[in-house]
Amino acid sequence: MSELRGRAHVYGDNVDTDVIIPARYLTSHDPAELAAHCMEDIDSEFLTRVQPGDIIVGGENFGCGSSREHAPIAIKASGVSAVIASSFARIFFRNAINVGLPALACPEAAATIQKGDELSLDLATGRIENVTQGRTYQAEPFPEFLREIVAAGGLVAYTQKRLATG
Amino acid sequence: MAQTITEKILAAHSGHDEVHPGQFIMARLDLMLGNDVTAPLAIEEFKRIGARRLADAAKVVLVADHATPNKDIKAAEQCRIMRTFSREQGVEHFYDVGRGGIEHALLPEEGLVAPGECIIGADSHTCTYGAVGAFASGVGSTDLAAAMATGECWLRVPESVKVVYRGERKRWVGGKDLILYTIGKIGVAGARYQALEFCGETIEALPMAGRLTMCNMAIEAGAKNGIIAPDAITEAFMKSVTDRAYTPQQSDPDAEYVRTVEIDCAAIEPQVALPHLPENARAVSAVKDVTIDQAVIGSCTNGRIEDLREAAEVLKGRQVARDVRLIVIPATPRVHLQAIKEGLAEIFIEAGGALSTPTCGPCLGMHTGVLAKGERAIATTNRNFVGRMGHPESEVYLAGPAVAAASAVLGRIGSPEELS
Repeated sequence: MSELRGRAHVYGDNVDTDVIIPARYLTSHDPAELAAHCMEDIDSEFLTRVQPGDIIVGGENFGCGSSREHAPIAIKASGVSAVIASSFARIFFRNAINVGLPALACPEAAATIQKGDELSLDLATGRIENVTQGRTYQAEPFPEFLREIVAAGGLVAYTQKRLATG
Repeated sequence: MAQTITEKILAAHSGHDEVHPGQFIMARLDLMLGNDVTAPLAIEEFKRIGARRLADAAKVVLVADHATPNKDIKAAEQCRIMRTFSREQGVEHFYDVGRGGIEHALLPEEGLVAPGECIIGADSHTCTYGAVGAFASGVGSTDLAAAMATGECWLRVPESVKVVYRGERKRWVGGKDLILYTIGKIGVAGARYQALEFCGETIEALPMAGRLTMCNMAIEAGAKNGIIAPDAITEAFMKSVTDRAYTPQQSDPDAEYVRTVEIDCAAIEPQVALPHLPENARAVSAVKDVTIDQAVIGSCTNGRIEDLREAAEVLKGRQVARDVRLIVIPATPRVHLQAIKEGLAEIFIEAGGALSTPTCGPCLGMHTGVLAKGERAIATTNRNFVGRMGHPESEVYLAGPAVAAASAVLGRIGSPEELS
């Protein structure tokens, strides 16, 4: 389950949450409805190309802008299994963890992965394999505190546990 | 050990004597906020957590401001989720249409945010409240849900960046120009994950409205929070809005910063940020022959009475250009009423502008001024990303109220100095 495979959809720096899911669709928080408009202002062909398991690759500051959790929800519901970027904007990163969308920071991977490359990710180790190019990369590990939240199954489950133990 | 104001506030809210950048803490919150975009999802997650009651209903603020007055049936349904939840849970600070307005103008006005407090909000511009010397940071809906259930939120203590402003501001240069200039200098990821601490003689002389504008846009440099040390201006502002007690904090003189940025304000002209990033800041005199279809004056960034006064000063006795639509949006009902009492409303309407009821509306391309394909706007809002105000092939230029008002008259982007 921690092994993910898919093809890369590659974007540049500062992919903002307005292009991931424009505000005109924020009168819903239904994942399927949001997924139907995912990335449409930055890549009108994304929805016709995306296959289950695919991976979005971005540059610096991925997910900058609004706090809308609808952005990682839209990405996840579109079938994308993970996002790799040189770096993430902090609210997007929190939201991705909270909705269970793996977000891996790896500048080397972000700099060399090409559109359409086949990738394989091992979430347990943070190892990223570029099957097409025959290269491997190592993503930055999560801090221990975040690993606890991820291990609990996300913030909802983590909070349930905290409330139960008082 | 010497501490910054941000570190001191986070230590005081997590049971520590001191905290260090990179440390993870569970912070006890003084206030948590959601709006009609983020709260419905937070309420759903709150229920999924299995929480029955809010940890403390008095610390929860819910504001219907983004797609309100309800722009369509779906928006109405989202607002209804908030309204029903607020009634069930006894949320006293639920602000509906006519009683609230734009959250980040409203909360300071209501005295709900104070020096030394620790605040999260499911809205990225929650960082606005750093202007009163609070730690305030934007989070997502699930974080808000967990906070509503427990009263707490996990935070990573940020490194602090000190930005020192010196020199006297030129005519028509306000908080918006200072922050656009700063973002232009350090970039949209220039303070990613960090605290931006604004200080120096120029900040000490900057009125609260300008400070709110500056901290509001700290997120546009990627910052976790923006903050200004409380002083006499803060104290006077707080006295005008509340009589409740609070515990202000100050940075120690020898506190550690990852970086210090020095800015000479005397050299700064009114700024304009070109599409499609707030970091594309230029002096207004360098932006030539850019015609506009729309000018928007308002938002959580620049919709306060001081902003409207500045716009009115430029618009008084003048006419908006034939091909320009001017939309003026007071941020709260209180600002709206004040604008009417002071005669500002009359100035806007006589100039040919449309005066709207408070809403975030056009800032994020929701409603009340959405752009068509190929259209261009100048706006006192905070983001100029692709498609932010409407069609993905429309453009937004960011500026302060004076430049936006002058541009509306000129029909192209320009400075008040160009008006005869």
